[in-house]
Amino acid sequence: MPQWDLARSDVVLVMGSNMAENHPIAFRFAMQAKLRGATLIHVDPRFTRTSAMCDIYAPIRAGTDIAFLGGIIHYLLENDLWFREWAIPYTNIATIIEDGFAGPEGDGTFSGWNKEETRYSTETWQYKGLTVPSPLAEAWMETGGDFAERVSHMRDGPPPRDETLQHPNCVYQIMRRHFARYTPEMVERITGCPRDLFIKVCEAMARNSGRERTGAICYAVGWNHHTVGAQIIRAGAILMGLLGNVGRPGAGMLALRGHTSIQGSTDIATLYDMLPGYLPQPHALRPHGTLEEYLKVETAPTGWWAEFPKYAVSLLRAYYGGEASEANGWGYDWLARIVGDHSMLPISLAMDNGVIRGLFVMGQNPAVGGSNSKLVQRGLAKLDWLVVRDIAETDTATFWRDGHLIRDGEMRPEEIGTEVFLMPGALSGEKAGSFTNTHRLVQWHDKVVDAPGDSTSELWFVDELGRRIRKLYAGSTRPEDKAILNLRWNYPRDEEDEPDAEAVLCEINGYRCADGKLLSDFKDLKEDGSTACGTWIYLGVFPEPGKNLARSRKADGPEGPGTHLGWGFAWPANRRTLNNRASADPDGRPWSERKKLITWDEEKSEWSGPDVPDFPKDKRPDFEPDWSKKPKGMEAHSGSDPFIMIADGRAALFSPSGMKDGPLPEHYESVETPATNPLHPGMSSSPAAKRWDQHDNRLAPPADPRYPHMLTTFRLTEHHSGGTPTRIVTTTAELQPEMFCEIPVELAGRIGIRMGDWVVLSTERGEIETRAMVTSRLRPFRLPDGRECHQLALPWHFGWSGFATGDVANVLTAVVGDANTGMHENKSLACALRPGRLSRVQRPRREAT
Amino acid sequence: MPRRTIPDRAAEFLREWSVPRQMAGQDHRREAAEAAMARSGRPRTEKADSVGTSICPYCAVGCAQLIYAKDRRPIAVEGDPASPINQGTLCPKGAATMGLMTSPMRLDRVLHRAPHATEWREVSLDWAMDRIAHLTKQTRDESFVGDAPDGTRLNHTMAIGSLGGATLDNEENYLIKKLFTGGLGMVFVENQARV
Ligand code: SF4
Repeated sequence: MPQWDLARSDVVLVMGSNMAENHPIAFRFAMQAKLRGATLIHVDPRFTRTSAMCDIYAPIRAGTDIAFLGGIIHYLLENDLWFREWAIPYTNIATIIEDGFAGPEGDGTFSGWNKEETRYSTETWQYKGLTVPSPLAEAWMETGGDFAERVSHMRDGPPPRDETLQHPNCVYQIMRRHFARYTPEMVERITGCPRDLFIKVCEAMARNSGRERTGAICYAVGWNHHTVGAQIIRAGAILMGLLGNVGRPGAGMLALRGHTSIQGSTDIATLYDMLPGYLPQPHALRPHGTLEEYLKVETAPTGWWAEFPKYAVSLLRAYYGGEASEANGWGYDWLARIVGDHSMLPISLAMDNGVIRGLFVMGQNPAVGGSNSKLVQRGLAKLDWLVVRDIAETDTATFWRDGHLIRDGEMRPEEIGTEVFLMPGALSGEKAGSFTNTHRLVQWHDKVVDAPGDSTSELWFVDELGRRIRKLYAGSTRPEDKAILNLRWNYPRDEEDEPDAEAVLCEINGYRCADGKLLSDFKDLKEDGSTACGTWIYLGVFPEPGKNLARSRKADGPEGPGTHLGWGFAWPANRRTLNNRASADPDGRPWSERKKLITWDEEKSEWSGPDVPDFPKDKRPDFEPDWSKKPKGMEAHSGSDPFIMIADGRAALFSPSGMKDGPLPEHYESVETPATNPLHPGMSSSPAAKRWDQHDNRLAPPADPRYPHMLTTFRLTEHHSGGTPTRIVTTTAELQPEMFCEIPVELAGRIGIRMGDWVVLSTERGEIETRAMVTSRLRPFRLPDGRECHQLALPWHFGWSGFATGDVANVLTAVVGDANTGMHENKSLACALRPGRLSRVQRPRREAT
Repeated sequence: MPRRTIPDRAAEFLREWSVPRQMAGQDHRREAAEAAMARSGRPRTEKADSVGTSICPYCAVGCAQLIYAKDRRPIAVEGDPASPINQGTLCPKGAATMGLMTSPMRLDRVLHRAPHATEWREVSLDWAMDRIAHLTKQTRDESFVGDAPDGTRLNHTMAIGSLGGATLDNEENYLIKKLFTGGLGMVFVENQARV
């Protein structure tokens, strides 16, 4: 949902986010909703400015979000407070699941758990008699037999459903059984949130759902940064699905992301597992050997992803230009194959274990932002070479001089063999280009001023590096050098020698190969190699020469519809609210005048409204697939299946494919926790979580008495992530000059810590020292077994560089990850606290000669 | 400027204080509300010879900014009042953008630390680019695997990694992925989406 649409919500649940402090300008829209009578709710381990502005503040122990959300789902189902007319036709709540499915009520695992390989097989999670491809950039799953053949049965007829919801294995009945354990009593026991407060939240969510009312959830990394992060988000999505809060005005889930273009760098992925536009990176251990095999297993038989081959071939054409031909599989063979998890956490380990020898770091600060910072720094010290590109000396760039290895006496600079380059980069305003914000809005920034001295944009750096490396390889006939030599790499430069960012955006947008004519609609992409397109979802951002829609700056006036279609470009196809077909009822009529967005216009025979419809424009609401013809793609969706990217067109309350740790969210404790899990004491944390046990990444067992406190991390308004762009600014550094630890008054009193005292925090990975901020923002909790537990909280922006400094919170955290995303767990872990300072071995630094 | 005496200051205070001016008949919402500083103050954007649109470099809310410049140097960064996201406002980080662009800690030269060295030395951009291109090729050539022993196509190097992207432009990310994964065969390519 667009951020401004929050102003039209009737209830806003902020959870896993301190929105008022970390996304202040977006929080204005929540406040506008409040002024119009909406209820604002904040659920969080810490009382923050967000809590202060909300109508309800519900405190929970860090890492217990699924228990809380599961409790709301239980409440809605048992009191019949969900939006039936919306959820039955638009979600898979009526769909029947395989007989063999079993929930985690017993030993804490779902059916299909393979203990030896510590992973799930998803066969029993499927729709009865079918194999459902996931809509993620990874459709293929390990199944017995031919995957493409198995999923092709999605074309035989609609999935088995019982819209009376009586079938014992329909999703509704499975959910009732699954969430039966999440009673208000259990919610209180696990989360520590008082029962009556929890019920108030349930009532507010239920009250603001239905034809006339909608609600929204705003979350941030307080949800992501857990080994169950993806499942917390799914729990939120299930809640929104039950309440009909998807695709409608003032409805939806707003992921409040941290960096200016983090959405863009996910879409046009600088991520190991995805090619631009959510296409899977070929995997050596999957049936991805040839282009034909890759297209065969990754193309969904039904739904919009049936178009996949057009996007994949057009991307290859954009990459390899004229060298790509049908005979060489459009250059598919030249693409790198992944062999496993090569994400952030494995990168830290691969440096530490000597696999990675050279590293580029562009505008990131892993010495501060990377989990288990000392392991990261040891890894940096093992590299042959390191290129850091940033606007100032970062902690990562100076690890060899000022880092923890030096501070703790582990190494001297002279012992570190890494060759380090530190190159000045350019900021927005000093270079032209586009960012994609948290609601998929692509916005251009101009070059207005010059960057200082030898600073260059990353566009120049990568383009120049490509030119120089290609020169070094020129003339090579080795097969492994074909990819680099065949890359289409001819970006024009302007009079200042800067590559033309608009030319790159045009390639991202896509063009016809024969004459270079820009494309304006992704429906024009072809599988036959006649079109090139760098990122299919961005198609339309540059529809004709001179028309850069990311640069468009026409907002609606006060009398306008407020979708602001003329301000920037929202992918895909400038749609502002995704799945907006769901804003109309199955017959295409608005659910109510108050919540009207897209409706079916019988006269014109098309969908219309103030937003771009996220649905085939002329597909009638009463369209039914002709199953006798084995329909493909969108032909297999009815006119009332609003979710075009999903194989059966309906939102997955129960997820048959795609999740690696269960089809429904289940409460697991964080991997390190002072608590035990009352749902299944033998299976405290998620069995599928990624664990890498090595000598410098030890984990404490659950309820380890050496680490009695829960630790969570947070951000400050005045600082930004890894800290470089605010710790070097005088104003923000003055406002938040140094690191501190929030300590509850009760705990501080017990162990004799006063405001401003030095304290030491420790975990299995290391120790840090900082100042105490004794506060009642954090309150003591009862653990499920009745013991009292305290939570501590650390801002994690600090390091040794810049004006505002402090110890690195990530020295304490572990390399441990979510089974689905590989995301770390820095929002909930166990630690110890003592007053005082660290004693350090300080070896004298040798004078420079 | 000559030192101001106490009587001077007292006179100025009385002249500037709003109450006596209101008693003398000035409107408390107009003339009497004016301060000397406001009369002599000038808009900070007045000296700009150009203004361009920008987007806040910090978080993903995506607030629009106007950068006012003179001689291609920034003189002020303001929230863009036309933006439906921020309507002219900026948070403490966004409002610090000018301070970021002009921070005394900003780097303007390429620095190089040789293996085992204890300090930086300044190098030319051209030298650094050549050296980095050379090192990249060398590490790639030493580590590249075309096919696994069983014939499975791998086409990759595991010895070079890349971190970063979430603070960069879409166009930059596109080129990073294209060169590193599409051209050089690097698989360890990641950004802050998992930080
Ligand atoms: S001004 Fe603040 S809220 Fe707006 S984009 Fe910048 S950092 Fe985010």
